[in-house]
Amino acid sequence: MSEAMILSNVGLSLNGNAGMIDILHDIDVSVAMSETLGLVGPSGSGKSSLLMIMGGLEQATTGSVQVLGQDITNMDEDALARFRLSNMGVVFQSFHLLPTMTALENVAVPLELAGKSDAFDLAREALTLVGLSARVDHYPNQLSGGEQQRVALARATAPRPKILLADEPTGNLDQTNGQAIIDLLFGLRDEFKSTLIMVTHANDLAQRCDRQIQLVDGAIAQGGPL
Amino acid sequence: MALPVPLRFALRELRGGLRGFAIFLLCLAFGVTAIAAVGTVRTSIMTGLADQGSAILGGDAQLEFTYRFASDQEQRWMFDQSNRVSEIADFRSMAVVSNDGVSERALTQVKAVDDLYPLVGTVTLSPDMTLSDALEGDNLPGGVMERILADRLGLEVGDTFNLGLQSFQLSALLVSAPDAAGDGFGLGPRTIVRLDDLISAGLLGQGSLFTTKYRLDLPQDIDLDELEAQADIDLAGSGLRWQDARNGAPGIQSFVDRLAAFLILVGLSGLAVGGIGVSSAVNTYMTQKTSVIATLKTLGASRRIIFQTYFIQIGILTILGLTIGLLLGATVPLVLAPLLQARLPIPSEFGLYPQPIAEAALYGLLSALIFTIWPLARAENVRPSALYRDAFGKSPLLPRARYLIIIAILLAALVAVAATFADNLWLTGWMAVGIFGAMALLFVTSLGIKALARWIKRRPFLRGRTGTRLALGAIGGPKSEASSVMLSLGLGLTVLAAVGQIDGTLRTAISGNLPDVAPSYFFVDIQKDQLAPFKDRLSTDPAVTRVDSAPMLRGIISKINGSPAKDVAGDHWVLNGDRGVSYAGAMPENTTITDGKWWNADYTGPPQISFAAEEALEMGLNIGDVLTLNILGRDIEGEITSFREVDFSTAGIGFILTMNENALINSPHTHIATVYADEAAEATILRDLAGMFPNITAIRVRDAIDRVAGLLGSLAAATSYGASATILTGFLVLIGAAAAGEGARVYEAAILKTLGASKWRILASFIARTALLGLAAALIALALGCLAGWAVATRVFETEFTVIWSSALTIVLGGVVATVVTGVWFAWRPLGVKPARILRAQD
Repeated sequence: MSEAMILSNVGLSLNGNAGMIDILHDIDVSVAMSETLGLVGPSGSGKSSLLMIMGGLEQATTGSVQVLGQDITNMDEDALARFRLSNMGVVFQSFHLLPTMTALENVAVPLELAGKSDAFDLAREALTLVGLSARVDHYPNQLSGGEQQRVALARATAPRPKILLADEPTGNLDQTNGQAIIDLLFGLRDEFKSTLIMVTHANDLAQRCDRQIQLVDGAIAQGGPL
Repeated sequence: MALPVPLRFALRELRGGLRGFAIFLLCLAFGVTAIAAVGTVRTSIMTGLADQGSAILGGDAQLEFTYRFASDQEQRWMFDQSNRVSEIADFRSMAVVSNDGVSERALTQVKAVDDLYPLVGTVTLSPDMTLSDALEGDNLPGGVMERILADRLGLEVGDTFNLGLQSFQLSALLVSAPDAAGDGFGLGPRTIVRLDDLISAGLLGQGSLFTTKYRLDLPQDIDLDELEAQADIDLAGSGLRWQDARNGAPGIQSFVDRLAAFLILVGLSGLAVGGIGVSSAVNTYMTQKTSVIATLKTLGASRRIIFQTYFIQIGILTILGLTIGLLLGATVPLVLAPLLQARLPIPSEFGLYPQPIAEAALYGLLSALIFTIWPLARAENVRPSALYRDAFGKSPLLPRARYLIIIAILLAALVAVAATFADNLWLTGWMAVGIFGAMALLFVTSLGIKALARWIKRRPFLRGRTGTRLALGAIGGPKSEASSVMLSLGLGLTVLAAVGQIDGTLRTAISGNLPDVAPSYFFVDIQKDQLAPFKDRLSTDPAVTRVDSAPMLRGIISKINGSPAKDVAGDHWVLNGDRGVSYAGAMPENTTITDGKWWNADYTGPPQISFAAEEALEMGLNIGDVLTLNILGRDIEGEITSFREVDFSTAGIGFILTMNENALINSPHTHIATVYADEAAEATILRDLAGMFPNITAIRVRDAIDRVAGLLGSLAAATSYGASATILTGFLVLIGAAAAGEGARVYEAAILKTLGASKWRILASFIARTALLGLAAALIALALGCLAGWAVATRVFETEFTVIWSSALTIVLGGVVATVVTGVWFAWRPLGVKPARILRAQD
C-alpha cells in the first residue's frame, strides 16, 4: 500500500498574546492510501492543529509534510489551495457552510473552482447521495444541524477527493444525527475509496477507524508511524 | 456562457442583502452629490455667461480706453467694422441731494450712456418705462439709480439729485441692466445718465478717473479672433482693452471658476471623510466574512479569487452609491434652479451637463477604490485556520506591497485629476497635503489616545471606578472606535475650523486693525488748481491728523525690455488692466529704497521709474529694465532705477510705479489724497469739501472695507456650505462607527448590569468615552485649523494671524456634542437590554 501522507518531525508553535505557544512537537505520522485514521486525545492536545497541518490549512513550524508524494511544507497559499482542490475534502465540526448560498450552490463551489462545467449536476448527485435531494434550494439557516453537516459532507466528497479530513464532524450534533453522519461519512469513504483522517474525542467512533493515534500535550502518546 | 467564478460567488454573496452598507452608500453618494452639484452649478453659470456673452458685454465686442474718449481715428476704425457703435463712460462720483440746506452724499458708480445703449438686451426700470424715456427727463435731464442708492439718499422717483455741477431728475429706479454682470465689482451702487447731459457736470475733465467703453454691433459671421488681431495692428499703441462676446465677463467667469474649483476641493475633503466611512464599512463587512473567506480557501479558492469576489461585490455597491450620488448631484441643482437663478446676480442656464457629472463620477470612483482596496486586500490574507482558531487567524494590518503600490498610484491619480480640473496645482497640492497631513496626524493621535487610555486604565487610582475603566478600555481596546471617530469627525471639524480661522483672521485684518492706521477718506479727481485750497481747508481742522496727496494717472505696462509684458512676467496682477501711476521729484518722506538710487529732485533726463520691490521680485524685474507704459494712449518708455518698499496693508497711498516728475508732469492728470481724521469729524469734512469741490469723489474707507468684508463674508459662507457637507459626512461616519460598536456596548451593558451597575452609571461610562474622543478630535481639528489659518494669513495674505476664539469654541463644543449625541443615541438600546438574553446567547 503506498502512502497518502508522511509527516516527519512536525512541530507547530504559534505567537499568542502571552508569547509563543508550543502546540505540536516531534510528530511523525504515516497514513496509507485508503486507510482510515482516528486522531484522539483530550481537548487542547493538538488534534485539530495536526489535522489542519495535514490539510495544508496550517503551516508546520518545523518538520516536513508530504501528501500524495508532494512536499506541501513550504507551498504558498495559492498552491495549497489548488492542491486541496484536486486532492482533499474537509469537514468541520461547525459545518462552515456559506450562508448566502443554497445547499446546492454550497456543494457546487469546489466543483466550480475546479472549472467543472457540470458542477451543478454533480452537486445535485452528491446531495442525493446524502439524502438531501429535496432540500437543494434551501439556505443553511433553513436546515437543521444534521442537514447542514450532510451538505458539508456532500461538499467535501463531491469532487471525489483522495483524502477526506474531518474535524469532529459530530461535535455539534445529537447522538442520532451524529450516528447518521458517521455512517454516511464511512459509507462515502468506502464508495470513493478515499483516505479518511478524522479528529474525534469519541472512542467508539475512533474504533471504527483502521488505526488510532492518541495525542497528549501536542505529542503522540500512542499510535505513531504505521 | 457561464459567468466567471468570482462574479458568480459575488452575486450569491450579495443575496445576503445590503445590511451594514447604508453608511457606505450614504458616504459615497453624499460626497459625489456635493461635487456633482457644485460642478453642475458652475457649468450652468458658465453656459449662461457664454450664451449671453453679448448681453453681458453689451455688444459683440468692446474697446475700453482709460481716462479718455476714443480719438477720431479710433472711432472711424470702429465704425468701419460695425453696424452700430455705442459709447459709454464709466466712473465713480458722488450723488448729492440737498434738502432744506442739508446735503446727503453717497458714492455711486455712474454709467453715462448714449442713445444706442443697451445694444443688446433691455434695461428694466420701476416704474416700467423705457430707458430712453427715463433719461429724457422733464425740466431736468433724467437719471435712474439702484433702489439701495435712492433709499440711502432718501430719494423718491421725481426728486432731484446732483452729479458734480449737473442736476438730474430721478425718473425711475434701476431694476436690472443686461450688462450689469460684466461691470464687475464696484464700490458704489449704479446710476445711469445720458452722456450728453454730463458734459456740463465737470466730472469728465482731463485727468479724471473714468473709462470709456465702445460696444460694437458687428456683422454676423465675423471672425472675432481676426478682428481682435486687426485691432492690435490698426490701433497699436492706443492702450485699448479688448473684450468680446466669447467671454463677456472674464472677471466673473474666472471668479466663478476659481470658487467652484475651491469648493470642489473642499468637496473632496468630504469624500476623504466619507472614504473613512466607506473603508470602515468594508472592513466591518470583511471581518464578518472571515469564516466565509476561510471556508472558500479551504475549498480551494485562491487569493486572487477571494479578492476578485469581494472586489466585485464592493464594486457593485460602489456603482450603486455613485449612481445615487450622480443622480442627486445632477437633479438637485435642477430642482433648486428657480431659487438659485433668483439669487444669482449673473445669468445661468441650468440643465443636465455631462462634464461635471463625469468629473464627480471620476472623483467618486477613485476615492472609493483608494478606500476599499486596503480592507479588501487584507481579506485575501485571511488564513483557512481562522475557521477553528480565531485568536491566531487575524490577518496582518498591511496588505501586500502590490496593493499599497496600487493605492499610491490611485492617490497620485486623484491629486492629478483634481489639479487638472481645478487648473491650480498649487492650491490642489496644498489641499492634498492638508488633507493627508490632517488624516495622518489624526490617525497617529488616535493611536496615542488608545495607548494613553490603556495606560491610565491600569493606574491604581482607577480601581473601583469600573465605569471609567470600561470607558478607557473601550477607547484603548482591540475593537476601539477611536481611529474612525478621530478621523471622520476630526477631518470634518478641521475643514470647518480652517474656514472659521481663515475667514475670521482676514476679517480682523481688514476691518479690525485698520481704523488705527487707515485713512478716513480717499479723495480722487482733485484737479491741479484745487489741491492747494483742498489742503488749506484740512490743515486748519484740528480733527485732521494727516493729509497725504500725490499726482495720479493710470497706465498699462505694455512691454518689458521691448517684449510684450505678459510674455516676460506672465499673468501677474500688476499687468492685468491699468494701474495707478504717480510721479515725484524729491524722494517722498518715509520712502525706503531697497535697491538702486532715487533720481535727483531736479532730474530732467530720460524717464526713470521706481518700482515696488516685492512685485518687481515676483515679476522678475531688475534694475536697468525698460518698461513701456501706455498712458492716455501714449507710450512712454522708462528705465527702472530703484526698487522701494510699498505697504498696501495700511490702505494709504501706495503706487506700484512712480516716475520722475519731468516724465509725467505735462500729461493731463488729477491728484489723489488721503485724509486721516477723527471718525466724529468725517461727515463735516466730507460736507465741506464736497461743497467746495463738487467734482471731487470721496471714498469712505470704512464703506469700502465693509463692501470687501461683505464679499469676503459671502465667500466664507459659500465655503462653509462646502465644509458643512464634509462635517455632515463626518457625522454619518460617526453614526456608522457608533452603530458598528453597538453590539459590543450591548454585551458590555449586560455584563455591567449583571455585576450591579445602574443604568445611569453605564450611560455615564458610554458618554465619557464618546465625549473624550469628541474632545480629542475637536482639539486636533482646532490645532490644524489654526495652522491652516496661520499659513494662509501669514504666507498668502501677509497679515498677522489671530485665533478666532468664537469659532474655536464652536468647533470644540461641536465635536463634543456630535459624539455625545451619537453615543447616547446608540447607547439607548444597550441600556434597555435584559442581561440574561444577551449573555445566554453568547454561550
